[in-house]
Amino acid sequence: MAENKTVVFIISRQDGPDATPYEEKFEVPYRQNMNVISALMEIRRNPVKANGEKTSPPQWEMNCLEEVCGACSMVINGKPRQACSTLVDKLTQPIRVEPMRTFPVVRDLAVDRSRMFDALKKVKAWIPIDGTYDLGPGPRMAENKRQWAYELSKCMTCGVCLEACPNVNSKTDFMGPFVFGQVELKNAHPTGEMNKEERLESFMDEGGLQGCGNSQNCVQSCPKGIPLTTSIAAINRQAAIHSLKSFFGSR
Amino acid sequence: MASRDFVNRRLHSFLGLIPIGLFLVVHLTVNYFATRGAEAFDKAANFMEKLPYLVVLEIVFIYLPLLFHAIYGIYIAFQAKPNVKRFGYYRNWLFFFQRWTGLFLVIFLAWHIWETRIAMLRGTELNFEMMANILDNPWMVAFYIVGVLCAVYHFSNGLWAFLVHWGIIVTPKSQRYTSYLTVIIFILLAIVGIRSVFAFVNPDTVAMM
Repeated sequence: MAENKTVVFIISRQDGPDATPYEEKFEVPYRQNMNVISALMEIRRNPVKANGEKTSPPQWEMNCLEEVCGACSMVINGKPRQACSTLVDKLTQPIRVEPMRTFPVVRDLAVDRSRMFDALKKVKAWIPIDGTYDLGPGPRMAENKRQWAYELSKCMTCGVCLEACPNVNSKTDFMGPFVFGQVELKNAHPTGEMNKEERLESFMDEGGLQGCGNSQNCVQSCPKGIPLTTSIAAINRQAAIHSLKSFFGSR
Repeated sequence: MASRDFVNRRLHSFLGLIPIGLFLVVHLTVNYFATRGAEAFDKAANFMEKLPYLVVLEIVFIYLPLLFHAIYGIYIAFQAKPNVKRFGYYRNWLFFFQRWTGLFLVIFLAWHIWETRIAMLRGTELNFEMMANILDNPWMVAFYIVGVLCAVYHFSNGLWAFLVHWGIIVTPKSQRYTSYLTVIIFILLAIVGIRSVFAFVNPDTVAMM
């Protein structure tokens, strides 16, 4: 019985960044425990549509295949998620696969997530340790703090929270929910904390933290279960205190 | 430097609670005198009307904050791209309604201020009679009930958002408990608002309610 069982996919195709999207239907032979990536690989191996016509192999991005790199994010049956960890058995058919259109589409399912990396650069989401001489070891981090900070470090810039957020769109320059977690992570680091104000200042700039409207879709959608809304409120507190301190002065 | 965007957003959040939210509570409380009859309402309204330097109080604590909150609020509302169909989560619906009630309130309040405060400037006396005349037809009663419910919703949910925007409630637990609290505030203020509306329509029914 399992021999001739098939899975139906409807894939949104787009030949280039400015091309008009169109849909193509595929029937893929079912295999046990298959995920969306394995089905896409099967279609790529044999790019024949359900009606028997030959087509070009669909394009997408992937790397790790175990939900840690964030490259294969796409909209599957309406929800943004990683194609590698989305099991076909748990989906209703036909399975609709689309690119995350919050980002510029490069081709088919491949999107350009550069804006996320630009955002991380903008808010200085790194720990500056470079100097002209050895500065020695930094201060130690308390174990209980390390534990919650580790959760924030799981962010893989996959873009799912931006796709889910109603305030990330072409009408705003809001950088997106993931930035909150990364700013909180670097501000929590004992060495990173030394540049806390700088990081907050750049995150209070255009497109910054004020763009959040508390729809809380990000925390519902994050594949890594990062407590983004906790980071949002925590960074809001840091920003409120920082803005009052810098206005009234504190030394 | 904190951008103008940041300052405007935080000012919008702050003014929504102080003074606009507080004014809403005072306003609904004064209205509630209507449930004790025309005389009680007229006395309460008269007290508010006879406050010293009323025009200054109105401009500083009502008109200017409300204008900023409304105009900047329209800008915020149209920046969002609602996605409740794809992401039908509880908070996303509240986010969506916060924007819609805000937009509706701009229309409702413009109408309401025209019919009451501006009518008063044009010579109509502010009293129970004025409101009873306004609410003399069922469409107006419906319009006012929707208006009151929108205002109370926008205030209750806005109070929750205020506490998050200013970083007062951070943990999921505190955010959840505050949600329960704001639901209670919504229900209580909705009862106050709707009973007042009906008091102008039919004082006898409200006395029995």
